[in-house]
Amino acid sequence: MDTLVAALRSFLPGDSVITDPVRLRTYECDGLTYHRATPGVVVLPGTAEQVARVVRLCNEHGVPFVARGSGTGLSGGALPREDGVLIVTSKMRAILEIDLPNRRAVVEPGVTNLAITEAVRDRGYYYAPDPSSQQVCSIGGNVAENSGGAHCLKYGFTVNHVEACEIVTPDGDLVTLDRMDPGYDLLGAFIGSEGTLGIATRITVRLCRAPEAVTTVLAAFESIEQGGQAVSAIIGAGIVPAAIEMMDALAIEAAEAAVACSYPEGAGAVLIVELDGPAEEVARQFARLQEICANAFELRVAADPAERAAIWKGRKSAFAAVGRISPAYIVQDGVVPRTSLPAVLAAIDRLSAQHGIRVANVFHAGDGNLHPLVLFDDEEPGAGERAEVVSGAILDLCIEHGGSITGEHGVGVDKSRYMPKMFSADDLDTMQLVRCAFDPRGLANPGKVFPTPRLCGEVPGVRKGVHPLVESGKAEQF
Amino acid sequence: MIEGVTVRQAGAGDAVRGVLPRWVALPETVEEIAAVLRACAERDLAVVPAGGGTKLHWGPPPERCDVLLDLCCMNEILEHAAGDLVVRAQAGVTMDALAGTLADKGQELALDVPFSEGTTVGGTLATALPGPRSFRYGTARDLLIGITVVLPDGTIARSGGKVVKNVAGYDLGKLFTGSYGTLGVIAEATFRLHPLPADRRWVVAGLDRAEAAPAAAALAASQTEPSAIEVDWPDPAGPLTLAVLVEGTTAEARAAALRELTGGAVTRERPSWWGLIEGDEVLAEARFLPADAGAVLDEVAATGLALRGSLAAGRVLLTPCRDLAEDELAAAVARLRERARVHVLAAPYDGLDRWGQVSGLPLMRRVKERFDPGRRMSPGRFVGGI
Repeated sequence: MDTLVAALRSFLPGDSVITDPVRLRTYECDGLTYHRATPGVVVLPGTAEQVARVVRLCNEHGVPFVARGSGTGLSGGALPREDGVLIVTSKMRAILEIDLPNRRAVVEPGVTNLAITEAVRDRGYYYAPDPSSQQVCSIGGNVAENSGGAHCLKYGFTVNHVEACEIVTPDGDLVTLDRMDPGYDLLGAFIGSEGTLGIATRITVRLCRAPEAVTTVLAAFESIEQGGQAVSAIIGAGIVPAAIEMMDALAIEAAEAAVACSYPEGAGAVLIVELDGPAEEVARQFARLQEICANAFELRVAADPAERAAIWKGRKSAFAAVGRISPAYIVQDGVVPRTSLPAVLAAIDRLSAQHGIRVANVFHAGDGNLHPLVLFDDEEPGAGERAEVVSGAILDLCIEHGGSITGEHGVGVDKSRYMPKMFSADDLDTMQLVRCAFDPRGLANPGKVFPTPRLCGEVPGVRKGVHPLVESGKAEQF
Repeated sequence: MIEGVTVRQAGAGDAVRGVLPRWVALPETVEEIAAVLRACAERDLAVVPAGGGTKLHWGPPPERCDVLLDLCCMNEILEHAAGDLVVRAQAGVTMDALAGTLADKGQELALDVPFSEGTTVGGTLATALPGPRSFRYGTARDLLIGITVVLPDGTIARSGGKVVKNVAGYDLGKLFTGSYGTLGVIAEATFRLHPLPADRRWVVAGLDRAEAAPAAAALAASQTEPSAIEVDWPDPAGPLTLAVLVEGTTAEARAAALRELTGGAVTRERPSWWGLIEGDEVLAEARFLPADAGAVLDEVAATGLALRGSLAAGRVLLTPCRDLAEDELAAAVARLRERARVHVLAAPYDGLDRWGQVSGLPLMRRVKERFDPGRRMSPGRFVGGI
């Protein structure tokens, strides 16, 4: 490590190579604070060439590296390695090009998600994916995690909005992956690979035209079942809103305590539905939505951007707000088919009662993405363990219902142990082929996404000799 | 020859770009595909997967082809979860059959296919050609949410799932979409669906060449949410037709608003040329930045190529509008490459540089090497001779 640090200092400015133990600890975790590791060394390169050089040095020294943007990830994807280099992109935050005629922008990876929208908003454009952390999370991190957000129901995820990436491969080469190029969709494979296939150093994103009209509705229901029925009815009516979000009574209580969002009192569930698009179309859909939500005891419509922000405030602050009603909590991220929502919510209720652990439900109801907040008191002996059990059992429920262990937070270190529950050994070995093609030495963010991956030299399932079908006489040589 | 799998001797009609396979295998399940591929692996036989065969003559001839894997019998729609707007289908299901089933529940897969008959789910994914509505809905890779593939050694692998929002593991679906059968066999696919639009209108206008690019740009910048903006230019000596599709309950009103930008007429009738490929003995695709559309049209005007596609999305298809010799085609492609990425999807010539520059090619070769170390899947049929 010492020779590596000396080599890093030879081309990076003094303040861009951190070895001071106190400062290193600043980087010991990302948004998932449960997992911590002090990085061997932290570098803050300012250019793609510097990133490439750092990665080449890691190769020469056989040292693993981890990339980190703003560190807002919730699955420990940017958890450092004590024996490795943490490459932080926060000095690479230039918006390089705004190209409205081509509806795209070119940015460095450390640029925040919201900064892109802010740069083009007054000209009637925006960048669509909007994770809750959009004020601080970096676009490089969004690419690594394939981040979603409340509006991905209609507009899709990061992967649907990135046109090209310049990446530093795990070998240290600078390569551009571009949707315009023919060939394998390596860009599609790279986005969401959680830093295991390389580091994005320049990202070309698609800009969307701002919708002509936006209508945001808050519907309060007596029960979560009624809210769920409304969601099904909206989808059944052929409406694709920009967002459908739901919060249950406990989540509402937390949001009220934290940000006084003034949601209707006594609601068992609130639904936030946002319609956007051409004015006539939105008006027509809103009329239909009112019919569908006839049994809501209150229907609040935002009359202006300020009122829209007020409606969203409670939802966007929900995770942090839970701290007001519980000393500790686990944020879970799972997905179920939308039609399984009622059954899964009922099962979560039973789990909660059985283990004496409260669960606040906040979710992207339109696409079945649950974010249960599992609440516990970390002072109480055994409570943390019980919360872990409930949190894990919720993922099992998601898998049982044909869903996913993560909708947008990623696998990281947190969920790699669940991957074999969702995928077979053959599925995981096949994904590993992609990893080995990009990163044969396994130096790019090792230990994330996959549980104990096979080494790239090992070939799974090699058979020697005669095919069993031939041997048993059931097939013949042809 | 392989238990339970129908295998027949190949005939002249089974040739792939002139390369005659020895056998045609007709598996009916994912396991049967795996059994065929395992048997081929044992014997070092080369395999070319085929769906409806509508695009089998695209690309260069395979370096070798022992077995044509005909997926026509993999024709079951496995699950249409209408409430979840998701469908799972076997690769050999035709896009027409799929559309019919989905329409019964008022839904659709928003992928346009360029041939009216026979195109299958698997072939649509393997070639991943964007259609008109990709402007709004994205391409095949954007609508695919889960996939089952069979690797050349017979391994069955799945990625994604049946929920739209899912970031668990690598997305093999992206990798196999547009891979032209060179990584393995697409056996099953799961897609996200959209509700069938309540109404549709096209605005159709005739334009001169110089008017077309600015009109497309104005349409793309409008807030009326058009689903597709296409042009048809059958003869570069003549005018273009511009057509815009608007979908939704208020399609009529929105189409009227768009007509203010383009002139022309609003119609319920799909233009006869909309999204179709009518001749593909020679076919090229050009991709470019929308702001370069005018320059691309200027170049095309001098080539003897007919153009159809989207100036707003920056992708068009080109076919000869008169007899074009190999050297003339090569010169036209070289000239267009100054302005656009051009790849030749189909041409009966072997000397042509079909792909042009591909920046990720070394990584693509490494992916191919990992998935198909024996070079037995459609060898030589894709970029850089992969």
